[in-house]
Amino acid sequence: MTTFFTAAALVVRKDLLVETRSREVVYTSLLFAVSCMLVFAFGLVKEGRVVADAAAAILWITIAFAGTLALGRIFDRERQNETMRALLLAPVPRAAIYIGKFAGVVLLLLLVEAAVVPLVALMFDAPLFRHAPLLAGLMVAGSLGYAAVGTLFAAMLARSRSRGTLLPVLLYPMTVPVIIGGVRGTAALLQPDVDIAMARTWLVLLLCFDAVFLTLALWLFEPVMTE
Amino acid sequence: MDFTSLTLTNVSRHFGRRRALAGVNLTAEAGQIVALLGANGAGKSTLLSIAATLLDASSGDVRYGRMTAREGGHALRGRIGLLGHDLYLYPELTATENLRFFADLYALDSPGDRVAAALASAALQDRGNDPVSSFSRGMRQRLAVERALLHEPRLALLDEPFTGLDDVSSETLRARLSALRRRGAIVLVTTHELEAIEPIVDAAYLLGRGRLERLAAGAGSLRDRYRRQAQA
Repeated sequence: MTTFFTAAALVVRKDLLVETRSREVVYTSLLFAVSCMLVFAFGLVKEGRVVADAAAAILWITIAFAGTLALGRIFDRERQNETMRALLLAPVPRAAIYIGKFAGVVLLLLLVEAAVVPLVALMFDAPLFRHAPLLAGLMVAGSLGYAAVGTLFAAMLARSRSRGTLLPVLLYPMTVPVIIGGVRGTAALLQPDVDIAMARTWLVLLLCFDAVFLTLALWLFEPVMTE
Repeated sequence: MDFTSLTLTNVSRHFGRRRALAGVNLTAEAGQIVALLGANGAGKSTLLSIAATLLDASSGDVRYGRMTAREGGHALRGRIGLLGHDLYLYPELTATENLRFFADLYALDSPGDRVAAALASAALQDRGNDPVSSFSRGMRQRLAVERALLHEPRLALLDEPFTGLDDVSSETLRARLSALRRRGAIVLVTTHELEAIEPIVDAAYLLGRGRLERLAAGAGSLRDRYRRQAQA
């Protein structure tokens, strides 16, 4: 019998192998994230001056938008040949399938963030690396929460005809706490008088959101995936 | 976690107001090949999905031996093999990678040997390292059959397994299904290729307007009997 974490690891490995062959999700997400940021940069930077807290907001909005694009595409692949049904039929806990897909989404989000954070720092003259460990903590915690909800909704909607419309409509309201936590935590690190305590508070809150979202998603995945 | 029969009792399934299955009763025993026949949209795939535990019946009872799907859990799913209309293969991966992924997911012993045997059975041993996207429809179908049977399931649910197969491949598939029957598998097959399945079928059922009835014995080929009963 395949253990829970072995099954999850197999799903992640398979997703990464598929992605290394096609590079479709990585390239489209990265290109979209960079384009999105450039549009914001043209709109919000005037005469070299940036609107207060804009860098933090733009960073998180870009990640959320690129993440939605990636989520939709990752589950489109499972839908096209109905491979999700083969995964659900495997003799492993269905929550392990969820964790495998979730881990793949998190890895992809972290890759997008690794490209987007330096660009935001450059374009908005934002001192993002001044407290790099704390920023990394916020990014990872935010990505976990966003991916926890996004993976569940994308899996639920994979066979729905209106999934392209429904995914953002469901996902954005649910992940508002994560986006707010990420934006406020990052803004606390970017203001002239850095507020470490505030950033840490938002980090703890984000971790709490992650725990709640992940528990709910693990609990709900099996019933919502059985038609 | 094993069973020797599949029993559906008064199983109904509705999709909104549309009734796909209405009070279906079916028993299939180990060592039987059962054909489910019917027009497009008759509910054959719905019936297979319910037997595969991927779809809940709106009402009625489905038992694997004495167990329900809920009681059997994921161990029960490990004894079921499903071939669908869509082939459940990743086109970006090679044939070997596809089979190896499922062999590992099912925690099969000697997965390398199993994969090699499956490729040989699908007559794809020379194409094992080619991506599935480069395969013809028939080659994909042969690979998909082997993927579904890789773990030697007790219950094999095959939706249109002869689609896209040439005469030689059809004959090979018949031999494969006969071998499954000898091994004690319960094989449920839906097909429109009645001539292909006729030599090996033990029982045939007609599904129409959501209702399942056994195809009556009588003179003529399986297709003749099917036509007579479908038009009645």
